[in-house]
Amino acid sequence: MADLPGLLRGAVAGDRLALARLLTAIENDAPGLRDELPAIFAAGRGGHLVGITGPPGSGKSTLVNALTDQWRRRGRRVGILAVDPSSPYTGGAIMGDRIRMMGHAADRDVFMRSMASRGELGGIASATWIAAAALDAGGYDPILIETVGAGQSEVEIARLAETTVVVEVPEMGDEVQAIKAGLLEVADLLVVNKGDRPGADLAARHLRAMLSTAGGRVGRKPPPILLTTATSGEGVAPLADAIEAHKADARTPEEMRGRAARQVRRALADRVAQKASARPDWDELITAVAERRLDPISAADRLVG
Amino acid sequence: MTDTPVESARMDAARTTPIRVLIAKPGLDGHDRGAKVLARGLRDEGFEVIYTGLRQTPEMIVDASEQEDVDVIGMSILSGAHMALLPRVVELARERGMDDVLIAAGGIIPDADVAKLKAAGIAEVFGPGTSIGQIAGYFREHARRRA
Repeated sequence: MADLPGLLRGAVAGDRLALARLLTAIENDAPGLRDELPAIFAAGRGGHLVGITGPPGSGKSTLVNALTDQWRRRGRRVGILAVDPSSPYTGGAIMGDRIRMMGHAADRDVFMRSMASRGELGGIASATWIAAAALDAGGYDPILIETVGAGQSEVEIARLAETTVVVEVPEMGDEVQAIKAGLLEVADLLVVNKGDRPGADLAARHLRAMLSTAGGRVGRKPPPILLTTATSGEGVAPLADAIEAHKADARTPEEMRGRAARQVRRALADRVAQKASARPDWDELITAVAERRLDPISAADRLVG
Repeated sequence: MTDTPVESARMDAARTTPIRVLIAKPGLDGHDRGAKVLARGLRDEGFEVIYTGLRQTPEMIVDASEQEDVDVIGMSILSGAHMALLPRVVELARERGMDDVLIAAGGIIPDADVAKLKAAGIAEVFGPGTSIGQIAGYFREHARRRA
């Protein structure tokens, strides 16, 4: 069994292998991890947790690389969690986010970890925020969580962050796309990347127009919209500024309560699902629902009863 | 608590946790088609594959492997610089305390060099014609078991 307190001490002291092995224990929900969680969270140093999400190919990895350049120039130590989907069939995954991070490959003040989503039952949403807490304990600030914004769990991971950046590209479709519910609503900052493409300005203007009226979250001001070209670095410094400026907004008591409630609800759902599926009457109730002798809601009620 | 239940729990965890593999191209090879095919094949075999791309130095490979805490480092090399690069990866990995990480190589490597690479700590060398199933099987058998 891994010596988790020892790994945490090592991670706090700057031992990168210790931090890496602590992250593995977190990913695997290793034996003893539950006991160590309070210490992991208590060791946090207040690093800014930034979620970066958007459709595949929108340039998230390249943007994360460009933002890392910015923060390194500002003397910050940057932690990165890059979450990629696992195959639902084989459980395998390919994580290629490091290809875009070559410029930081030998930088000891950048710590990047690739995480596979391991399916819904893997509880990746919970594991991701524990992993972020471990990077925080290691002294990284900001901590960037990059996810493909292509599913419920990815959107949820992004929402666990204090500041959620949604990356779009100019060719995302007509302006009605912008007012559909979903990703754009969770954005604290909206980025139109690939700003060197034709139509980028127009796309940003459309988004601005739509979100100023209909698309923004009720009762809140619309998210700032920034234009970047991650490959050249254009617009990246203002984006880093905007992310940093949002930190204060994210740390009001109301925002912190909202985020805490989402986290606890998620942890609760994971715990209850785990416990329920371990119950002796689980199989019987599932069979009853499958054979339509019982409805799923009543089955769930009995499992938590 | 006795040793037995702890041990069996460890074995269970070891079986249900995907093996993490870093696939890298050290040196100045011009293309990475083979490495990508392998990465894809290992994914289909249920591995979690971290692919780092072309033109990696031994330092970059070991740095990435450390952060990713991989079970296996797999390097593909065609350029002929294997004697200069591969033993250096083993040396750096061991210096960093990554003693239990399996380090393997594949590509165009003359038989005469294979023994030397193995003596330098490269666990296995896979030549042209090796199937992905063989490589996956070798990794499953030899990668460390984790708690």
